[in-house]
Formats: sequence, structure tokens, C-alpha cells
Amino acid sequence: MTNPLLKVRGLKIGATIYPPGEKSRDIEIVHGVDFDLAPGKVLGLIGESGAGKSTIGLASMAYGRGGVEITGGSVEVNGRDILHSGLRDVRRLRGAEVTYVSQSAAASFNPAKQIMEQVTEAAIFQNKFSRQDAEARAVELFRKLGLPDPENIGSRYPHQVSGGQLQRCMTALALCPQPDLVVFDEPTTALDVTTQIDVLAAIKEAIRDTGVAALYITHDLAVVAQVSDHIMVLQQGAMVEYGTTDQIINAPKEDYTKALVSVRSITHEEKQPTATPVLQVEGITARYAGTNFDVLKDITVDLHPGQTLAVVGESGSGKSTLARVITGLLPPSAGQITFDGRTLTPDLATRPLEDLRELQMIYQMADTAMNPRQTVGTIIGRPLEFYFGLKGAEKQKRIQELLDEIELGDGFQDRYPAELSGGQKQRVCIARALAAKPKLIICDEVTSALDPLVADGILKLLLNLQKIEDVAYLFITHDLATVRAIADSIAVMYQGNVVRYGPKSEVLSPPFDDYTDLLLSSVPEMKLGWLEEVLEHRKMESAGN
Amino acid sequence: MHPILTLVAQRLALGFLLLFAASILIFVGTAILPGDVAQSILGQSATPEALANLRAELGVDQPAITRYFSWLGGVLQGDLGTALTNGRDIAESLSSRLGNTLFLAFWAALIAVPLAITLGLLAVRYKDRWPDKLISAITLTTISIPEFMIGYLLIFFLSIQLPLLIGGMEFLPDGLRSWLLSNLRFSSVALMNDSMTLIEKIKSITLPIMVLTLVVLAHMMRMTRAAILNVMQSAYIETAELKGLGMLKIIRKHAFPNAIAPIVNVVMLNLAYLVVGVVVVEVVFAYPGMGQYLVDHVSKRDVPVVQACGLIFAAVYIGLNLIADIVSILANPRLRHPK
Amino acid sequence: MRIPLAALIGLFFTGLFFAMAIFAPLIAPYGMAEVVGDVWEPPSDQFLLGTDSIGRDLLSRIIYGGQTTIFIATAATALSFIIGSVLGFFAAVSGGWVDQSISRFVDLIMSIPTLIFALVVLSVMPTTITILIVLMGLLDSTRVYRLARAVAVDITVMDYVEAARLRGEKIGWIIFRETLPNALSPLVAEIGLRFIFAVLFVSTLSFLGLGVQPPQADWGGIVKENKEGINYGISAALYPAYAIAVLCISINLVADWVLNRTTSLKGGRG
Repeated sequence: MTNPLLKVRGLKIGATIYPPGEKSRDIEIVHGVDFDLAPGKVLGLIGESGAGKSTIGLASMAYGRGGVEITGGSVEVNGRDILHSGLRDVRRLRGAEVTYVSQSAAASFNPAKQIMEQVTEAAIFQNKFSRQDAEARAVELFRKLGLPDPENIGSRYPHQVSGGQLQRCMTALALCPQPDLVVFDEPTTALDVTTQIDVLAAIKEAIRDTGVAALYITHDLAVVAQVSDHIMVLQQGAMVEYGTTDQIINAPKEDYTKALVSVRSITHEEKQPTATPVLQVEGITARYAGTNFDVLKDITVDLHPGQTLAVVGESGSGKSTLARVITGLLPPSAGQITFDGRTLTPDLATRPLEDLRELQMIYQMADTAMNPRQTVGTIIGRPLEFYFGLKGAEKQKRIQELLDEIELGDGFQDRYPAELSGGQKQRVCIARALAAKPKLIICDEVTSALDPLVADGILKLLLNLQKIEDVAYLFITHDLATVRAIADSIAVMYQGNVVRYGPKSEVLSPPFDDYTDLLLSSVPEMKLGWLEEVLEHRKMESAGN
Repeated sequence: MHPILTLVAQRLALGFLLLFAASILIFVGTAILPGDVAQSILGQSATPEALANLRAELGVDQPAITRYFSWLGGVLQGDLGTALTNGRDIAESLSSRLGNTLFLAFWAALIAVPLAITLGLLAVRYKDRWPDKLISAITLTTISIPEFMIGYLLIFFLSIQLPLLIGGMEFLPDGLRSWLLSNLRFSSVALMNDSMTLIEKIKSITLPIMVLTLVVLAHMMRMTRAAILNVMQSAYIETAELKGLGMLKIIRKHAFPNAIAPIVNVVMLNLAYLVVGVVVVEVVFAYPGMGQYLVDHVSKRDVPVVQACGLIFAAVYIGLNLIADIVSILANPRLRHPK
Repeated sequence: MRIPLAALIGLFFTGLFFAMAIFAPLIAPYGMAEVVGDVWEPPSDQFLLGTDSIGRDLLSRIIYGGQTTIFIATAATALSFIIGSVLGFFAAVSGGWVDQSISRFVDLIMSIPTLIFALVVLSVMPTTITILIVLMGLLDSTRVYRLARAVAVDITVMDYVEAARLRGEKIGWIIFRETLPNALSPLVAEIGLRFIFAVLFVSTLSFLGLGVQPPQADWGGIVKENKEGINYGISAALYPAYAIAVLCISINLVADWVLNRTTSLKGGRG
């Protein structure tokens, strides 16, 4: 067997935390991790937030972010222990032997310098290439990564190229010094799904062509399955399972891995439309004050009682604006909305209390959706008091019922939002919406800020509550897997238009329009070789045209 | 036209507009607010004739708008009017005093700015360690004492107690003692006249310079520290570290280009503050500058002088803020290289 | 909740100074304007800090002076907070042209240095304590306005405020139950900083002879009365400096503790 490029033994990483108003204390965030990486191989590090995967990735460059410190174990790169060598040696390693691609290229590029200068900086500084060679190499990488105008894009400034392009430039930056190992830290997470697939393909090709080894860090198992040879599953700073990609995806051994693999496998039977819809959106056109283009163009959709309409689209498609129009926050310039047989007034201020009560909303960021100075009891109790005039013991009883419904149980009434986990926060927001006994709840990306398993739990809860309370959901999301899991009907939005609309089974079956096809085929699937299949398929289609 | 020029032109226009509005405000503050300027100038015991004379001289019998525009017209031609108290031309009395004030402010800035930036950098370099804590403790103290009291503390300890202390050090050789006494002399009165050499002038204003430096140092240091920390915590600094670059190179190539604008901003805001600090310091050290001139004439209720001085101080203040604004526009890569 | 040592020290001295101000007549050994000894007598058992430029007991002057200074600063701070925060919240919640016109006017006032503006106004106004309080309160309210508006704007874009609006809550609930509790800690810390500024400012005006008028004692005035003594090595003029420094540092320590790391929202001085 060849000597490993990267050899990690008993790696322990600690951090100092500063809870407000308390003394700072040290905690351990990675509890002894071992792994090897052979030259030219790709290892996927996967786990939910707090699993310590980025921290481990950066440890391979002997770097601790913020107050993070490597407290034990050893990390060897090319046979040298990098944790116990001097700063000078570590600097010679960084940017030469090991390089890094971060999640947010927009923040990781210096706004004041041209892209070319930053891409070639490490290669020149580390004496790997002359300036001329480094620039030629950068142009070659730009071309390989599919960037437009590879000859000249380097003379632009970071803010002059798009997010997806900048992420590819970051990959070029990492590959330019011809390193032995690249650490990819969630490189596609911040991108839209149709952009993600291109960047992912570009990264994969670049890895293959240059023969570089990589640590690929992500929370998305379907993504990592496309690029890695081996996968290590992490949970709360410890390794859960390690194996080949094939074994992890197709034959996981540990329960936690099984849960990660089977995530998004909720099945939901599509319901048939009833006679009268609870919500009818007819010909809605809207624009924001002070702008000169319509964010929504002639939108017409229906939603039936007790059912779910999923509104899908990428950032900028206008899906959240639709929610603002329905709730009355943004009066439309044309069209009308009928809710439960009544025409809704365009402006929130003029709507009767009954309309407000029956139409509730749940937000993406549960953190900012709850007043940090109110207890869970106050947050859930307010709608009860406000709409139904409940007081005292009666109110307490109802609050407890709601907490039971969202599966939180006793002892949560007096807690503050800061004392809850992400999933618990979102559950409290659901309880607050339910407290009003609504006919319709607008869910705006309610699971996108959550880890996959937690998100699954929230979706199951929502489906369950729909059965009990017979409430309709208008479910806004960019995630097609979520749509499959819960929708009865689907509206696909693109640049302010509904490009496809109908019952789930129809919308998700061919023949597709171009955009829906692109969108559907871009969603990573939990199987090996998916990326190649899609790319092959697209190549054939474009050849056929 | 390049969009950045448009922005700068807009800022300049806005600056002039602001100055114009400020001139109205100053005029309104002095000429319209009170019931009777003449009465408050001459006091309750004034004779009706004296009041009438003064009113005519002030032009109070004309409508306020007319008075304002004739005043503004004069100002624009360099005519600031005549002082009520001694009848002398204000522009003439002001010019040498303005020169003295700028002289003092210039030397104070020359010492304070590099010192503050260096100390700010040190505080960042040793963040949360003792140099940082010491610096912030000193800062806390100096911003908690008014300027004039810093002045008297320095006079008390440096120009009164220090010579006594040195004089009392009998273990020192006489030669050294007298050398120290003649060279470590801090004058408690900052004299200034045309026959003095530059060195003599600077020696004469050593204490005022020290006071002004202390006064702006604290704020400038705190703000510099915050500005640099803000830049150093950016993700692109981490990128540079992960390229293996050394600290100095990171600071020079990646931190500095992005920190210039906030630092220039800090400097300009504090220079603007220094201009105000000058007023009090001049009074403490009886320095013949604009600040003392202004305070003198406020007590004498000499409205034309107060208006003229107020306008000049406001113009300097607005001007410095304007420079800060324009520098941040020029240093912003998004504006310099539009899409 | 544990209070850090620095904040405890700050609280202790702040309390001490306010108690001295309130009970000045009970604590001061002599009357405020009572001539009891020779000019500039050194400290003794009879006069703990010595006497001043016309033979009044300096300790009594400083205690009464503290009363005047602290009273004026407190009143001016209260005024600036009432005006500044009401207008600031109002502008943030209203938005649109209301916000624009108030904000531009505040910009204009702030384009002239506070001290210069005060001097201009005082050149034609009588210097009574009421005028001083109103003038300082109005000028300083511009800074409170900016902070209150910034804080309120940050909070009103939060989803929980939108959720309350969607629920149909009245403006009173939104301001007092959703916005205010979250704006409180930066505002409370700002009260401390504004108070310090007011103490420094009124002392400066009195020192220039344009603030509190003799024989009324106040800290800035005591410096003015005794400054000649410094040239003879008499430190009478320096005691008020120590008093101001201790008070201001104490309040700063308390404010820092209240603000607890949200340092970005501090207002300025000058």
C-alpha cells in the first residue's frame, strides 16, 4: 500500500466559548478522530452542524478558526507531523501542499484586488511557479472550470462576477499552486440548485484531471456521493461510520448513517381537489415601491382545504413575494385574492381580524421569528389571548395542549427561545400558528435552515397536523425533495412567472418544459453516478437540438 | 462620466448645501431667537437712545431675510462685518488668529494621528492581552476628564511641580540640574508672536499640543482598533493565512487596502473633534487663537464676531467630514470598478 | 446573575455621588457661599480640602458643586432621552418622508459642532440653569435620536415584529411589547454615555464663564475660580477634575457592563 498523503490519529480539538454574562470555559468539539487519505483520493466528511467536519478539515492545514485549538493527536501530511512543526514550516505547507475552498467565495476574496492576483498569489509566493506560468495555469483552470472568457476574467474584481462563477474562481485559486490536497468546505451549499450541479461537475472534473486528493466537507450526502471515493460520517465530533461511498450509500451499517441515507424519503399520497378552494389567487401582479419591474407577473393558483400547494423556485423567482402579497404586506398592482369565499383587501391594515386569524405564517428563520424577550408560553399564549380572549388556567391548558401537539411536552412554557434547539424553535413557531386555529398556514422555507434529519421531523409533524387540524399549507421552498414529500399540488416559479402548475403527479411527470426539466434534473439523488447520468443526458439533449 | 465622479460631485454639492443650511442655522440662532438682542447686549439699565442706536447698527429694524442675505453676501466677499465691541474689522482680526489656531491644530494632529494609529495597531496585535487592556484603561480615563482639566493637570504637574522636583534633587550634579531646569520648561501660557522662531513657537505650545493629543488620542485609538479588527476578522484574511502568507504580508497586501477608508474616516472625524477641542485649550493657555477670540466675544455678546467664528468652525467641521465621505467613496472597490 | 467587579465598583461610586448630590446640605460641613477662612488655606482638620480663592470651604463647594452639576446633567440627559428616543422610534416605525425629514434635520444640527452651536446660542441668551438644561438636552437629543432610530430600525425588520403585525396587533403593542424590550440595553448604556457627556459639557461651559453663574457652585466653575492658584502650586482647582473623572469612569464601567459586548452601537462625543 502506498503511504497515505494525510494521516490523522486521535485528533482532538477544543474551543473556548464565551457565554454572555458567564465566565468563558473550554469545551472539546472533536473527540479523537482517525483516518487516512491516499494520494489522489477524495474523502467525504459528512455530518450535521456541530459535527466538527469543518474543524477537522482545517486541522489538516494546522489551522484553528476563531478560538479553536488543536489539543491532541497528530496530523501528518506527506509523512511530516504538521502539528508539532514550527509556524514557518506550517506556512510552507499552507497554500502549497494543502489548499482550501470555503463555502462563501464572496467573503473569501479580497474585494480590493483583482481575481487573477488572488488566484496566483499562493503559487507565486510559495515559489511553485513564476508569475507568467502561474497566470497561464490560472487561465487554463478558468477554462477547465467552465468560466466565461477565461483569458480576461482574471482582470475583474470579485464583485464583478456572479456567485457561482466566484465559487469556481475559488476552486481555481485552490488548484493553481498544484497542491497535493484540497479541502473543499461546503463549496456548493450557498448556490442555487441549478448552479450547484455545474459547479459540482466542474470541481469533480478538475479533481480528476489534476489528480489532486481532496477532503470534501458537506452536510448533503447526495452531493458527496457524487465526488468521493470514501465517506466518513461524523456526529458531534466523533466518527460514526467510515467506508467506501458505495457501502455508505447502499449498505449503511450504523443507525445514524441509515437515517441520513433515508432522509427525504417521506411518502405522501396526493389528495384530490375539492369543490371549493380555500385560497384563490387570480392574476396577481406586483412590484416593490421605487422599482420599475414586476416581481410577480399575472400569477393564478388555487389551494384546496386541508391540502398543500408547494411553490418552488430558486432565489429571485418571486416565491417569497407571493407570500407577502397574500398576507397583505405588499399590496398587488393587479389581481385579486379570494380566501374562504371572501375577497381579501389588498392592504393588511384594512383586513378584518377574522381574516388575519385564519391566515397564519411560519418563517424560515425561527430565531428571528420569535421575540427573544418572551417565553414560549407568552409566544404561544398571545394569539390565544388576542383572538379568543383566553385567560388564566384555560389559556395555560390550551398552551400545554399545543405543546403536546408539537411533541415538546412539559417544562417548555417558561423557557426563552435562546434555550431551544433549532428544531424546537421551529416547532414553537408552528404551535403559535396553530394557536390561531387557521384555515391556511403559509410556510416560507421553514425547513431550509435546519439539518436534514431535523427538517424531516418538522415535515412529518406538519403532515400529521394537517390530518388532525385540516389546515391548508402554502409551502414555499427551493428544495424539490421537500416538495415531493409533502405537496398535493405544485407551482413552479421562474423570474416572476408560474411556469408549471398542477397536481403533484402531473407536474412531476414528463413531458417537462425546459426550466422544470433543468430544475428537476439538478436535484442531487442519493445514488452513485447520478451526476454523470445527468450530464450525459443533457449533452445528448443539446446534441439532439 | 465615471459613476464615481458623479458620486463625488454629489457629495461636494451636498457639502455646500449643508454649509449653506448651517449658515442659516447660525444666523437664526443669533439673530432671530431672542426677544431683543440690543437689550441683552446692553443690559436692563440701557437708555432708550443707546438701544435705538445699537438696533440701527445691527440692522434689526430690517426684516430678518434681508439681514441674512446682506450678511451672507458680505461673507462670500470676505467681509465678515465689524465687531460691536471695538469696531474693528472682523476679517482682519481673525486672519492671524485663524493662522495660530491652525498652527496649533496642525502640530497636535501631526503627533496624535501617527501615535493613535500605532497604538491602535498595538492594541489589535495584543488583543485582550495586557497592552490592549492598559491602552483601553488609559482611554477610559482620558475620555472621562474634560479637556480644560487635562490642561490644568498638566500645568500643575509639568510646569509647576516638575521644576520644584528637579530643583529638589540635590544628589544630581548642579550642571545637569540647571540644564534640566532650563530645557524641561513647560510654559503655562502659550505666547505667540511674529518675532518668535519656529522652535520657540513650538516650545511655547508644548503643553497645549499635549492636551489636544491626549484629548483626541483616546477616541482615535479606540476607533482605529475597531476598524482594523473589523477588517482582520474578514474571511479574506483567513484565505490569505491559508495561503501561507506571513502576518506582515497579509497586513500589507490584504488588510491595509481595505482598512485605509475606515482609518481615514476615523482620522477625519477626530480632526473635526480636535477643532472643537482647540477652543477650550486656547482659553486655558491664553493662546491668541480663534477659540479664545470666540469665547471672549460670546461673553461680550458681540454677535457679528460670534456669527463669523461659528461659521468658520462649522465650515472646517463640515469640510473634514466631507473629506472622510469622499475618501470612503474613492476607496470602495465596488464603486471604483462598477459592473 | 453575577455582577463583575468593575461594574460593582462603578455602581458603588455612582451611587455615592448621587447620594452626595441629594443630601448635599446634610453632608457639607459649611454653607455653599459662606466665607469661613483665609484665601487658599491648605487642607487641615477644619477644612479637609482647604479653602478657595475667597476663603470658602473647598469641600463644601465641591459637594454643592456636584449637586448643581449632577442635577443639570441629569435633567439634560432626561430631556435628550425623551425627545431623542420618542422621535427616533417614531421615525423608525413611520418610515417614509417623516423619517427622511426628521433625519435630515438632525444631520443639519449635527453638522455644527455641539460646543460651537451652544456658544452661538449663548451669545444672545441669558445663562440661566433652565436655558442650559434645555440647550444641552436639545443638542444632545440628536445623538439619542440617531441611536434610537438605528436600534428601532434593526428591530422592526425582525420577523417577530412582522408576525405581530400580521396578527393584527396595535402600534402600542408593537412598540412597547415587541420593540422596546429589545432596544432597552443599548439605550440604557447610552444613557450613561450621554450623562457623562452632559457632565463634561456643562463643566466646560461653566469653565468658559458661560454656564452656571457665581456664586452658585459647580465643578467647572470651581476650576475657573481657582485656576490662578495653580501657578502658586495650589491644587484647589484640581479636586473637581478628580471628582469628574471618578464619576465618569464609574458610569462608564456600569454602561459597559449593561451594554455587554454590543459595542457597535455607542454614540459619539463632541
